[in-house]
Amino acid sequence: MKTVFEFTKGMTREESIYCPGCTHGIAHRLIMEVLDEMDLLGETIGISPVGCSILAHRYMSVDMCEAAHGRAPAIATGIKRVHPDCTLFTYQGDGDLASIGTGEIIHAAHRGEKFTTFFVNNAIYGMTGGQMAPTTLVGQKTTTTQEGRSELLCGKPLRMAEMIATIEGAVFVERVSLDSPSSIFKAKKVFRKAIEIQQKKLGFGFIEILSTCPTNWGLSPIDSMEWLRTHMIPYFPLGNFRKPGDREMACGQEMGAK
Amino acid sequence: MAMHKLIISGFGGQGVMMMGQMIAYAGMMEDKHVTWLPAYGPEMRGGTANCSVIVSDKPISSPIISKANAVVAMNYPSLLKFEPLVIPGGLLFANTSLFEETHFRKDLVIVSVKANDIAVEIKNDKVSNMVMLGAVLSGTSVVSRESLYKVMEKVFVGAKAKLIPLNKLALEAGFEIGRVACAENFNNSDF
Amino acid sequence: MNEKVLMKGNEAFAEAAIRYDCKYYFGYPITPQNEIPEYMSRELSKADGVFVQAESELAAVNMAYGASAAGGRVMISSSSPGFALMQEGMSFLCSVEAPCVIINVSRGGPGIGTILPGQADYYQATRGGGNGDYHLIVLAPASIQESITLIGKAFELSDQYRNPVLILVDGMIGQMMEPVILPDYHSGKQIDKPWALTGTKGIRPPNTIKSVYLKAEELEAWNWHLLEKYRKIIDCEVSYETRNLEDAEIVFVAYGTTSRIIREAMEILEADHIRSGLIRPISLWPYPYQSFDEMSSSTKAVLVVELSQGQMIDDVKIGVNGRFPVSYVGRFGGTVISPEEVASEAKRILGVV
Repeated sequence: MKTVFEFTKGMTREESIYCPGCTHGIAHRLIMEVLDEMDLLGETIGISPVGCSILAHRYMSVDMCEAAHGRAPAIATGIKRVHPDCTLFTYQGDGDLASIGTGEIIHAAHRGEKFTTFFVNNAIYGMTGGQMAPTTLVGQKTTTTQEGRSELLCGKPLRMAEMIATIEGAVFVERVSLDSPSSIFKAKKVFRKAIEIQQKKLGFGFIEILSTCPTNWGLSPIDSMEWLRTHMIPYFPLGNFRKPGDREMACGQEMGAK
Repeated sequence: MAMHKLIISGFGGQGVMMMGQMIAYAGMMEDKHVTWLPAYGPEMRGGTANCSVIVSDKPISSPIISKANAVVAMNYPSLLKFEPLVIPGGLLFANTSLFEETHFRKDLVIVSVKANDIAVEIKNDKVSNMVMLGAVLSGTSVVSRESLYKVMEKVFVGAKAKLIPLNKLALEAGFEIGRVACAENFNNSDF
Repeated sequence: MNEKVLMKGNEAFAEAAIRYDCKYYFGYPITPQNEIPEYMSRELSKADGVFVQAESELAAVNMAYGASAAGGRVMISSSSPGFALMQEGMSFLCSVEAPCVIINVSRGGPGIGTILPGQADYYQATRGGGNGDYHLIVLAPASIQESITLIGKAFELSDQYRNPVLILVDGMIGQMMEPVILPDYHSGKQIDKPWALTGTKGIRPPNTIKSVYLKAEELEAWNWHLLEKYRKIIDCEVSYETRNLEDAEIVFVAYGTTSRIIREAMEILEADHIRSGLIRPISLWPYPYQSFDEMSSSTKAVLVVELSQGQMIDDVKIGVNGRFPVSYVGRFGGTVISPEEVASEAKRILGVV
């Protein structure tokens, strides 16, 4: 009989403590599937910082390290110096990466660090109980914006992928979504591309993953997917913002213009 | 027992740190205990520069000099700042190329060295620190001239090796001035 | 034995680290320790090591955490306000038991303060500025040569106990030059680190460097593990120097730079026929409380001398345990106390005018 599904080799048998409908599980599995398919599980080191995914090492069957809030890119920098040939990723949430860890992520990109960052954007702080994130949408209700995020007081949400794409050292920047099976298949291809680019040591890779947080959004898992599509994607457009060769082409055009 | 405590001061670019380091280096080559302590920070960028050098037969407790056997003042602000730290009967090496020979403390042995003028006469203003260093060596006998020459051979290497004769010349000129000045005052063999 | 060379403190620290096989250094500019990152940027790659200029001290300590977790021999350095920023990392390094050597070339504070020498980071070093129950091993050399020796020891202790080790010096030792004899290259003892992150290579279960414990019992058990380690360090790693305790009328207690000033003050007192002694803690944590048991009945007073408002005096009082009156004299804010000031305070306490 033909095998249609196998337990993902890179995942442990540990029972997940993520909330029902949370997309962390999907993102974890996609990363591990890609590493398994590329036969890299034994060469991989991952870093999960403070946030819901601090316990990612329970589920991902690779060498892993916890990080203080926001610091994963600095830790990854240290690890990569010791093991320049390992496959290395950070797995960070929006509070972690876009708020407390902006310095670390920008400078990892700035140095062109040869690792891949998976940035899970669910527009809210999950672990601490649903406070406003830098990616919380205007009008979105959170426990610290109970009348909805005010543009006047808090500004508009940060678009991290677009920001990182302006940095020369970031060679691969793309935003994907986990809202539907087809998006998930697309996301997996992008993950694989990012790891391939890391293997070529071309520079820093950054994938923003639009995700859901049904518990803190106060929506059902199905409604959360819909909210992601109708509210998040219009503000955080999907697509590639940077890939290897872009700058060379841009440079060439500039040279040509002169 | 001898412990020499020297403060060497001037403005940035006069080579005062270098003078201090060369004395410390020579002291080390004579198997003496030495410390060199710079004044560091914003004041090193264009303002006054100074360092404290101690050369001693026994281990040195503190590298900080609150009472100096000798002070080198390569410019006038340094004179104002460090002359008060010299012990009575101590030595003051004054670069009188840059300030008038007036108002010095009466209880000091003054060694007046027109370091810049002499340096220019020899060839180059840049060796004024070596002229002054020569005077310090003869005035204090902190380290021997021979040790200092060995230091020059260690410091001026490669393309800089050709600078050794000029620096030696400058040092000799200063050495003679120091010797004469000190002989005129009194025998300061305690230093 | 290697030739004697004249070296600036900061450069000697860096060269010593290289010769003890430090391979990774992460730094951020701050005076008065800039010669360390400058030296490392120039020399570390020649010894097959890696230098990274971090975007902040916070990043530097986390890079060190990463390199240490990956099994590398790591050193970082900073000065007081920068070390303050590293405190989060100190707590983490202790929590996950990551070996690391840290040099704090301390300066006067609080706040930005001054770039001139200070010893006002004693509490921060020995009590910890980070969260939770943790201890750094803290060593306080008084000369450049001793710094070199203690840097070697720091790497060894750090690996042995899987605990960060702090070298606490001040701007004066960092900036001064003294003749030193350097160790040979490859003087560092290496030990296996089976816990390190290397990738499983498919031959062992994954290694995890973890700091979070959601169950209280688990965290308590981990704390017990750490406490037992700290107790072992207290039993085995205390280090100090004493002078003339047998017949001293007054005993000074001072570490690092200040202990050098005391030695000169002792000479001044000796000339006045006053017998004085010195206890110089070399390990500030674990603190040499037992050294105070060596004091004799001829002692009338203990005088703590610090370049701070009086921080180590707390430990001295614990060590003296009420047997002798303990007082303090010091200067701070970048000012260094003179031997004369120390001597005159000693005379005042003894009632000798």
